[in-house]
Amino acid sequence: MARIGVFVCWCGSNIAGIVDVKEVAKEAAKMPGVVLSTDYQYMCSEIGQNLFKNAIKEQKLDRVVVAACSPRMHEATFRKAAESVGLNPYLVEIANIREHCSWVHKNKVEATEKAIALVRAAVAKATLNQELIAGEIGIEKRALVIGGGIAGIQTALDIADAGYTVDIIEKTPSIGGKMAQIDKTFPTLDCSACILTPKMVDASMHPNINIHTYSEVEKVSGYVGNFEVTINKKARSVIMEKCSGCGVCIEKCPSKKTKSEFEEGLINRKAIYTPFPQAVPNVPVIDREACIKFKTGKCGICKKVCTAEAIDFEQENTKIVQKYGVIIVSTGYDLMDLDRFGEYAYGEDPDVITSLEFERLTNAAGPTSGKLLRPSNHKKPEKVVFIQCVGSRDNTCRGKTYCSKICCMYTAKHAMLIKEKYPDIEVHVFYIDIRTPGKNFDEFQRRAVEYYGVNYIKGMVGKVFPDGEKLIVSGVDTLIGETIEIDADLVVLAVATKAKDDAEELGRKLSISTDTNNFFTEAHPKLRPVETHSAGIYLAGACQGPKDIPETVAQASAAASKAIILLSKSKLVNNPCVAEVDEALCCGCLECTNICPYEAISSKTIEIREHGKIVKKLVSEVNEALCQGCGGCTVTCRPSAIDLNGFSNKQILAEVDALCF
Amino acid sequence: MIRVKMSTNNRKKEIDRVLGISGENIKLCMQCGKCSASCPSSSNMDILPHQIIRLFQVGNYEKVLNSQTIWNCASCFTCGSRCPRNIDITKLMEAVRVTVVRNKGESRINIKELPEKINDKMPHQVIVSAFRKYNK
Repeated sequence: MARIGVFVCWCGSNIAGIVDVKEVAKEAAKMPGVVLSTDYQYMCSEIGQNLFKNAIKEQKLDRVVVAACSPRMHEATFRKAAESVGLNPYLVEIANIREHCSWVHKNKVEATEKAIALVRAAVAKATLNQELIAGEIGIEKRALVIGGGIAGIQTALDIADAGYTVDIIEKTPSIGGKMAQIDKTFPTLDCSACILTPKMVDASMHPNINIHTYSEVEKVSGYVGNFEVTINKKARSVIMEKCSGCGVCIEKCPSKKTKSEFEEGLINRKAIYTPFPQAVPNVPVIDREACIKFKTGKCGICKKVCTAEAIDFEQENTKIVQKYGVIIVSTGYDLMDLDRFGEYAYGEDPDVITSLEFERLTNAAGPTSGKLLRPSNHKKPEKVVFIQCVGSRDNTCRGKTYCSKICCMYTAKHAMLIKEKYPDIEVHVFYIDIRTPGKNFDEFQRRAVEYYGVNYIKGMVGKVFPDGEKLIVSGVDTLIGETIEIDADLVVLAVATKAKDDAEELGRKLSISTDTNNFFTEAHPKLRPVETHSAGIYLAGACQGPKDIPETVAQASAAASKAIILLSKSKLVNNPCVAEVDEALCCGCLECTNICPYEAISSKTIEIREHGKIVKKLVSEVNEALCQGCGGCTVTCRPSAIDLNGFSNKQILAEVDALCF
Repeated sequence: MIRVKMSTNNRKKEIDRVLGISGENIKLCMQCGKCSASCPSSSNMDILPHQIIRLFQVGNYEKVLNSQTIWNCASCFTCGSRCPRNIDITKLMEAVRVTVVRNKGESRINIKELPEKINDKMPHQVIVSAFRKYNK
């Protein structure tokens, strides 16, 4: 005979304000199997939980129902409490009379009736609850970091320092990411490469870190602690073990028609190239689309001049399949395309450039050796205009609704870098607002105005158009209330940041979600910013949302710590509410294997005794670690051979019967 | 310059009526000034388009009605096409004009004065659209 305890929570006034909780407890006491029915203001509090635990012990309860908030909030709390006093945690049932009742209804009489019905259904289900024992999963002590920018490098260093093996996989020929392209970083004006390259070298020399550049993730399967990832290592056409990094091949390559991605298209690169001098690994790559040998069969100069015999035109893509315990996604961001912002003349006039192109112009290692020269005629500009919020804070279909976060700071940085090198250049900045929330950020931007005399104009620009050698910038000073015109030599646009174009595709491979702007979604924006809804997969850096370098590094270390927590465990406890096959009833149609969205069901052959003879029978088999308990198979199964532990067909029907009382 | 007492109830009924006719939500405006920067008629305006929106936001309908701006607007739609908040300022200007000229005696063009104003070079379209804009 069941001994069921019902605990009705007031949740302060959240439930008790609409539902008559005392009435619910009174009615619950009359339900079949219920030996105790009580109510309390805050069941989740320490007093509430002690009430719960003592009642189980004193009244020898063998099933409990907690009528309170959503199980997403406190199912785990009450399960733990039950376990601590010797009751199997899966004998605890939650009736949601808050999110499903008090929070969505206004009529007190009807809400109370509904709450009673919900409790009746929970009691009926609890009566049929079985003790379930959670299984254990082993953990592969290896981490995969997707993306080799500063976020990926930092995460990898932290996990590797903790003693675990880490693989970094990077799409481009070198790690480093956007930070390698930047000249100086705000607010300290540190040289970006000077602070990044030591970390890049640390990563390459670390005994626990393996770097796979010019590689992409092809397929991911498995589950937390046991991911199986197929990595496609694209053919560099250079044998990494033999290459000495001397660079003679690059010098002699005759093909110079391709725009350099690293230099944002401002100059061209060779067909065989390393993206930048401090590249890690310092081994070049042949761009087969640009290479004369691959396109026409003629040339091969690089091979002839290579003293290490490292060029291999026959090299093929290789696939590596590796098991990982955790995966960290740190794929970064890009700048938006400007084809819908024709009013700024980007693409029409070479002197209208993006902020990232400007970084390359001021960078001493860039296409102009750090001299600020107009792309059109290579002369020094006299007037430079910066336009902020190009594509950001835009509700129309042209732009992004969000603020890109980094532009106010980097524009102030750009303005000051110009004024420091060339005090006679006139610098104007058009802005809507100035957003400088970080440590020493506001002081940084004010220095541009107060010390360097940069002209900040509160207003937007309507149109930029060429007039002879100059660019006319047609804007407005909203504070004075006048439209203004500046004859600029160089216009720099602070373009909105966007998520990488292939983020959605990667998300699908990993089964993690992206938001409407294609940034990866975190499990909880406030309390779980580096985790995703898929256990074992974490996020770091700008792929989760626009952010600057200090935040990226902080988030990278946070993701590393979450990964280390998981990797440090000897085993993981899995969810026991999984499907189970009754092999006697299973007819071997294998429809369930087709319908399972997690590919958790496979088949096996068993031997049974039939009419005195041993025969072989095909039946389904559930992988308990992969099964997420969705129940799709139980619906599909014709003989009802497959059922869900904790949510069996009988239990669901008992709930329906109770509701239709 | 006297200190104006803040009151958002100034002529609220009239403002709500004009906003209702235009169908635009002026609370969306963040005063970026892109409309004013883009407006080709701005040089003839005493109050810039973004300031007209601000006057609406604070309820100062008096200044809007007394401006030359609402009559100088050429309805070219450049402002609305570039506004990052998707506010169609042209519709708002037209809504103000319409509520003014559709009152008795408020037409801006007297047909008797017209023959001396037009010449051979003027396309008929000008006459039609002028009547649409300035008369009820």
